[in-house]
Amino acid sequence: MTTIETEVARRDLASEIDGLPGFRPRLSVEGLSVGFATSEGHRPIVHDVSFDLHPGQCVAIVGESGSGKSVTARSIVGLAGRGARVEAEAITLHGRDVRTLSPRRWRDIRGREVGFILQDALVSLDPLRPVGAEIAEGLRLHGWGDRRARGKRVVELLASVGVPNPEHRARQRPDQLSGGLRQRALIASALALDPDVVIADEPTTALDVTVQAQVLELLEASKRRGASIILISHDLSVVAQLADHVLVMRNGRVVEQGAAAQLLGSPREEYTKALIAAVPSEDTRGAALSPGGRRLLADAPPAPEVLDEVVIEARDLVRRFRAPDGSATTAVGGVSFDLHRGETLGIVGESGSGKSTTGRIALALERADAGTVTLLGKPWSGVPESERRALRSRISVVSQDPLSSFDPRWNVERILLDALPRQAFPTAAARAERIRALLDQVGLAHAVLRRFPLRLSGGQRQRVAIARALAEAPDIIVLDEAVSALDVTIQAQILDLLVALQRRLGLSYLFISHDLGVIAHLCHRVLVMKDGVVVESGTPDEIFHRPQQPYTRQLIDSIPAFEPNRIQEKTA
Amino acid sequence: MTATAAPPAARPTAPARLRRQPWDLYAALAATAVFALAALWPDLLATQGAFTMDLANTLQPPSAAHWFGTDEAGRDLYSRVIHGTAASLGIGIGAAAVSLTLAAVLGALAALGNRATSASVGWLLEVAFAFPALLLSLLLIAVLGPSILTLILAVGIGTAPGYARMVRGQILGAKDSPYVEAAIALGHSRGRILRQHILPNSLRPLVAVFALSIGQSIVWASSLSFLGLGIAPPAPEWGALLDAGRPYITVAGWLTVIPGVVIVLLALTTTTLGRHLQSFLEKGEK
Repeated sequence: MTTIETEVARRDLASEIDGLPGFRPRLSVEGLSVGFATSEGHRPIVHDVSFDLHPGQCVAIVGESGSGKSVTARSIVGLAGRGARVEAEAITLHGRDVRTLSPRRWRDIRGREVGFILQDALVSLDPLRPVGAEIAEGLRLHGWGDRRARGKRVVELLASVGVPNPEHRARQRPDQLSGGLRQRALIASALALDPDVVIADEPTTALDVTVQAQVLELLEASKRRGASIILISHDLSVVAQLADHVLVMRNGRVVEQGAAAQLLGSPREEYTKALIAAVPSEDTRGAALSPGGRRLLADAPPAPEVLDEVVIEARDLVRRFRAPDGSATTAVGGVSFDLHRGETLGIVGESGSGKSTTGRIALALERADAGTVTLLGKPWSGVPESERRALRSRISVVSQDPLSSFDPRWNVERILLDALPRQAFPTAAARAERIRALLDQVGLAHAVLRRFPLRLSGGQRQRVAIARALAEAPDIIVLDEAVSALDVTIQAQILDLLVALQRRLGLSYLFISHDLGVIAHLCHRVLVMKDGVVVESGTPDEIFHRPQQPYTRQLIDSIPAFEPNRIQEKTA
Repeated sequence: MTATAAPPAARPTAPARLRRQPWDLYAALAATAVFALAALWPDLLATQGAFTMDLANTLQPPSAAHWFGTDEAGRDLYSRVIHGTAASLGIGIGAAAVSLTLAAVLGALAALGNRATSASVGWLLEVAFAFPALLLSLLLIAVLGPSILTLILAVGIGTAPGYARMVRGQILGAKDSPYVEAAIALGHSRGRILRQHILPNSLRPLVAVFALSIGQSIVWASSLSFLGLGIAPPAPEWGALLDAGRPYITVAGWLTVIPGVVIVLLALTTTTLGRHLQSFLEKGEK
């Protein structure tokens, strides 16, 4: 049976079941529209969203920032917020109309019937209260057992979400727990009363990939036990892992919806296709990720050979930091690498692995306690800044948050003017011409010159940051999580731009990222870092297919598979 | 004073837009105009000279002839308040200027100096901040003797440590900012970074603070005058007016209440202007 036939059969079955009394969907949303009152009047955010959620099913809402996916989920459970106008033909939870429920009734339902997992565990948990007390509070509010029973239940819950040593952890405050443990505590509190509908809003977004794998496994387990999940995510690979039914949202509207395998495997709408094509992975190496990138790469010269010339040579770099309690932590403990001309060297690792510190030492923005960096054959680390200044134009940087790296008083023109070397562009006309050329190179309209970065979109800001990095015509650019904060289609455009620029200008990139997909797509060679040391290095092929070290293997296995073929097999 | 509160004519057709107008700013601007006029050309507003006595009409309550009443020598309080504006405003502006100049220099030294300088200036600021500012001012007046100049210096120096700490924090924040790091990565020199990024970004908030500080300084100077440590009566400086009215507070309360209200109005005016300036400058960044 083909996938589509399977899906049709499943849908028939589902509609048959729907027709039987007692087999209605747990949650049914029809024609949901949400708008907010603003000073300029009513502003619609979500238009006409409909879907059903069945027992044991996961419905995913996918979309980029501003697509209305979170507002949709919140509106369903009466959390749309102040000034929101929620309209729907029907919102039915467990067969009862919940459109007109009072906030009081909602409080009763949330937690008991609907669990809500929020994105950021650090701000969602009370910082002054032990996590155990926080979870017990939910139980208490719904009148669950007595104090002792609740205490026991909390420990059980924490154990069930894989928190090691739960008796001890229950007594700790959120700031004493790691990001992964916090997220699990949050999940435990959402699942405390065993709600059969769970809404997870970007549940893994801030997490490292290995922790993400654990959290997804938890959600998968609760689905197997019969819970229905609404998953909000921008990450298609996470969605592919968990979802049975997918809604793709854009500008508040559902662009396309259907069974996960069918939608991700053979999308009908252009937008969905673009969204799926934009996901970087090893398979996309050398290919464009964005529609505009195809032309960009076609116009660019073919990829030049990576030369033998070493532009950065780092040897045995060590950097220790003193913690507030006086103890020393080693952020970087003996890292060595060579970056060749025309090469992209990826440094991948989870938070705290020392990858960013390594990048900062390479930029000489951080001093190394031991070891040396040589830039273009000249000493770079350990010399006074005044000596380095002449070489500074050879290496530049693009960071994750471009906005804070621009002087807030300056518009784009001033930012770029400031970055131009004065002696190379002595006249105002030469500078203006160079700035135009830079804007053309990064694909920005000249009109942005007068604008302030705060008024630009994330992608435009990152393009300005890249234009600034190119201003001095450097040999090397250090990109520290440069695409991590961007939506996937914007990320695709920036990655395509980086590839085109490298081909055209022969740049070398030191590309630091936590995202294995991006690293696999872009890099010629990869360093895998953990706890300040390089665990393994090699070509993407070696790292992703024949990892030698257990940690690398664990990392690779944690990547949620985003291969539509494999999903199809799963369903078939 | 009635002029300060009168808002521009309202159009009833768009109530929502009218409600969004910054009426407090308009009122403050109007008040500033009145205060400036009183300070520069007092004779345009005053009905009499500051020292014109009329012993037949002493301690008269406010009336049509004497809007703010008269004092024990029959001098018209309204005219005295108008004539005192220049002195009070001058002290306020002067003290604010002294205070912020000092604060900028000390704050910059504490934030940018070498280890020894920043440590010693930082220590000095902590001590000066902990030391009651009023006591510091009193000490200065005791040493230098009361005069307008002493008052300006005393208030300026007394309030400087607080602002200096603010400047220091601003500079340290700018110094550690990603945009300064970006400038280092571009290979710009220390002097250029200081000139282009650190000083403009950290000193700009002082423009708004200056306006806020004028009002505060006038209140300070008035309290010193009230204690008899500033300008002595019968000079019409507002603090001195308060001091002069003190013996008659039970029989002629307006002699203290009205100058007090005027001081509060001026302080309110400069603070309102300062706040609007601040939010305007912050919006300019966006």
